[in-house]
Amino acid sequence: MNALVSEKELSPAAAGAPAAGEELLRVDNVSLSFGGVKAITNISFDILEGEIRAIIGPNGAGKTSMLNVINGFYHPQEGTITWQGKVRRKMKPYEAASNGIARTFQNVALFKGMTTLDNIMSGRSLKMHKNFFWQMLWRGPAEAEEIEHRKKVEDIIDFLEIQAIRKTPVGRLPYGLQKRVELGRALAMEPDLLLLDEPMAGMNLEEKEDMSRFIIDVNQEFGTTIALIEHDMGVVMDLSDRVVVLDYGKKIADGPPEEVQASQAVIDAYLGVSH
Amino acid sequence: MFYREAGQFKTSYQADQALMPIRQDRIGLAAILLIAFVAIPFFANDFFLTSIMIPFLVFSLAAIGLNVLTGFCGQLSLGTGAFMGVGAYAAYKLTTIFPDANVILMVLLSGVFSAGVGAIFGLPSLRIKGLYLAVTTLAAQFFLEWCFIRIGWLYNYNASGAIEIPHREAFGVVVSGAESSPLVRYFIVLTITVGIAMLMANVLRGRIGRSWMMIRDMDIAAELMGIRPLQTKLLAFAVSSYICGVAGAMMVFFWLNAAEPSSYSIQLSFQVLFMVILGGLGSLAGAFMGAAFIWILPVFLKFIPGVLGFDVAAEAVEHVTFMIVGALIIFFLIVEPHGFARLWQIGKQKLRVWPFPY
Repeated sequence: MNALVSEKELSPAAAGAPAAGEELLRVDNVSLSFGGVKAITNISFDILEGEIRAIIGPNGAGKTSMLNVINGFYHPQEGTITWQGKVRRKMKPYEAASNGIARTFQNVALFKGMTTLDNIMSGRSLKMHKNFFWQMLWRGPAEAEEIEHRKKVEDIIDFLEIQAIRKTPVGRLPYGLQKRVELGRALAMEPDLLLLDEPMAGMNLEEKEDMSRFIIDVNQEFGTTIALIEHDMGVVMDLSDRVVVLDYGKKIADGPPEEVQASQAVIDAYLGVSH
Repeated sequence: MFYREAGQFKTSYQADQALMPIRQDRIGLAAILLIAFVAIPFFANDFFLTSIMIPFLVFSLAAIGLNVLTGFCGQLSLGTGAFMGVGAYAAYKLTTIFPDANVILMVLLSGVFSAGVGAIFGLPSLRIKGLYLAVTTLAAQFFLEWCFIRIGWLYNYNASGAIEIPHREAFGVVVSGAESSPLVRYFIVLTITVGIAMLMANVLRGRIGRSWMMIRDMDIAAELMGIRPLQTKLLAFAVSSYICGVAGAMMVFFWLNAAEPSSYSIQLSFQVLFMVILGGLGSLAGAFMGAAFIWILPVFLKFIPGVLGFDVAAEAVEHVTFMIVGALIIFFLIVEPHGFARLWQIGKQKLRVWPFPY
């Protein structure tokens, strides 16, 4: 958790993480356009169970749109999404959430008026079922359910080391902590696939190291598959097992970090080409 | 000094997520309930009950209803008056169709009708947000008011166009109509208001309350976490309208005795909305404080010249009261835009750390 953690330790591959398993999600020939603007053109890639998959690319490459397609916020015009073996034309947000896809957002999208505890509890919404009647009475089943989920949430609070801000409204928290609470909220859904949209944007070095450690722990201890968008190349290269590179809505490279790093197309996309 | 939580340790999640985790708060609430249920009935005269306490409680309940929708679910509504009207007319129809049924039950049942109407007018909320939604609820206000005037069946073709509350008994006591005693009415209104407020406090701290606040704070994130916006918003509209409907029915049954369509006009909607904003969006205690400010303060202000011995014309007192209340509203909104509930919170926080600044 400090600056002394070496790069080697940060890399799951080097630490001997088990190789990724079966295919969890695959997008095939997905295209998405808004009117005349083509956000994503004919992209295919897969995410294997248990891996950390990075999606990178210059600004406006379509990375966030891709995440939005995966969890059903945008509906692609073409292509299919295969989630846990089931082929779909598109995802719906409710479907994605109840099927185990959780995400965090590039601009922190916490529920600002609620406390840290309530924010993370809100991640359990889909797992709580007591109806309106029991909720009104509170004593009895509703309270028991609340306590049961509170225990799970407290585990996450312990894991993320945010005990002290449990009852603080998140609007008052500093940015780095908000990002951490947002990760906690996504973890509370106990997802199979966790989509992280720039989890380290705007953080200082120490916060980035903390966040990297949390991401690795989530991946290795809980076995959660992670799809990650990030601009910090050091982080991406160290954390991820495989990398997809997008540019102008097209896929230009796909493979292990070293391979992608060496790809001429990627270098051209990031550094520009002389014409 | 006295308001400290030092030494109050919580050893279970049950204790930690209680409605009022601090002992002093619980004592305070018990004291307020004791005053409301014992002291006021014992000492208060009829004027105090009928002109201050009953309307205050009715408005408090309406403010709680609107608070569920606007303060907790973030859906701005200007149809409160009409939804209250639906409750009033539904209760009136129910009690004239079933004259022998318990009228208190009919009042509670009337909310079901306003909940249905509220849910229908809540449908646009899936597409429309904020001020634009307020405009569509305005349509509910005008349409329903038109119904109250034009559909004679609703007021039993009464020549005056108003609904007059018939004599009804429940549990062997006269509870509505001109002969009913203010004390009985006060107890009914108090019990219903306190009961609904407590049930809502439970709903609002659980899963359903959280799902409303999720929609309010960040609807996109809520949707991606599996909250279905339409169902959640419609539930908020239905619950809110149910509470407003009961408040509207109590307004005519236990306070006014008779009501015209204009009793449930847009003015009432605004009055309740101001109570909610001034009391504090998203706070049940705020609903009571807002209702007290808007309803009780003017009544007291009107008495001040007489008590001080000034001979002032009644109209002048009326106008001065308007001016003072208006100025106070502006003053409080500048001091604390989040309403009395926030002021109350800040005050409690200051008390906790007193005599230190923080």
